[in-house]
Amino acid sequence: MSLQMDDSRPIFVQIAERIENDIIDGAMPEESQVPSTNQFAAFYQINPATAAKGVNLLVDLGILYKRRGIGMFVATGAKARLMEQRKEHFFEQYVVTMISEAKKLGITVDQLTDMIRRGESRHE
Amino acid sequence: MNKVVEINGLTKKYKDQIAVNNVSFMLEANKIYGLLGRNGAGKTTIMHMITAQAFPTSGELKVFGENPYENNRVLTQLCFIKESQKYPDNYRVIDVLDVSSTFFPNWDREFAFALIEDFRLPLKRRVKKLSRGMLSAVGIIVGLASRAPVTIFDEPYLGLDAVARGLFYDRLLDDYAENPRTIVLSTHLIDEVSKLLEHVIVINSGEVILNEDAEELRGQASTVVGAAAKAEAFAMGRTIIHRESMGGLASVTFMGRLDAEDRRQAEELGLEIAPVSLQQLVVHLTKSNHKNKEAVSL
Repeated sequence: MSLQMDDSRPIFVQIAERIENDIIDGAMPEESQVPSTNQFAAFYQINPATAAKGVNLLVDLGILYKRRGIGMFVATGAKARLMEQRKEHFFEQYVVTMISEAKKLGITVDQLTDMIRRGESRHE
Repeated sequence: MNKVVEINGLTKKYKDQIAVNNVSFMLEANKIYGLLGRNGAGKTTIMHMITAQAFPTSGELKVFGENPYENNRVLTQLCFIKESQKYPDNYRVIDVLDVSSTFFPNWDREFAFALIEDFRLPLKRRVKKLSRGMLSAVGIIVGLASRAPVTIFDEPYLGLDAVARGLFYDRLLDDYAENPRTIVLSTHLIDEVSKLLEHVIVINSGEVILNEDAEELRGQASTVVGAAAKAEAFAMGRTIIHRESMGGLASVTFMGRLDAEDRRQAEELGLEIAPVSLQQLVVHLTKSNHKNKEAVSL
């Protein structure tokens, strides 16, 4: 179930990631209000302090901002910034790893590009 | 930091038996604590001392900065829900609520009655005639509706099914969010409550062996599974808290966080990494007495 938390990582990090995912896929549009920490706590059945820590992590990063007395909102430009971060992450996690594995197997960059095209056509 | 309970070098001896040995910890205001450990570890004795139902043999104990013994100012701020609370024979459920409302200054009558509905308790029935689960529900309702600044639940759910326990967690979180207070949960159902806890204290053989932020503990131990020699090699130099083997396979559990490099190495060795839940961690740390104190210095 998607509500399940991964035991190997802090819950607040996982909460922050879920909010990020919602911003990236448009479920939480920019300038929309995000649920309160108590709502997050109730929904995921987690300690409110933990939920607050996850939300505050994104406030510190400028992804969310606080309107006094009203609540938390998604910052303008948050989606683009998160996409940039994810692309960087994608490069590190997939591209760099793929190239080192390809080298081991003696696959050249040209062959690799071919493989990517082949993969793309299969995906469609 | 607002300390509501301060315990320093607390010891309780029964004749030659040491139930609680030189225990020190504190509870801060408005946090949810898990007080965990095996049966007979000394948890209940500690809770009895905090709530002035047992005298320490030695050591210092302060609740709201004062000695709790025969101190009404302190005692009305405490609510202790025991595993098997006894009530006078002629008490009905409604009588329990009435008495509680006179004792706890923050008692919320409306909340109590809403909980009665939630748990479907018969108000007019004698407590003596309630089923085990219903009796547990009465304790939970008193604990929640008391809104006591320090509320302690000691194995509150004997006989409660999973639905009723889920209801308890829901109502606890909702009400705690609206009315923050210090909650202590002592339970064996660690997997169920681990997400609710902000801080964890583990007692083993009368001593505190772990006192840590719950989030810090996540990912603090890992298990690797694979070829015995490789798993052992990978875990070498780490504090191993559990081992199992089957044929040439081994599963080794150890303390310490794994970084990306560790994970890469494990993958190269063909080892699988599995996270260790709080419940598994507590089980491993408390199943034997040997040297586990060192294991948990994070």
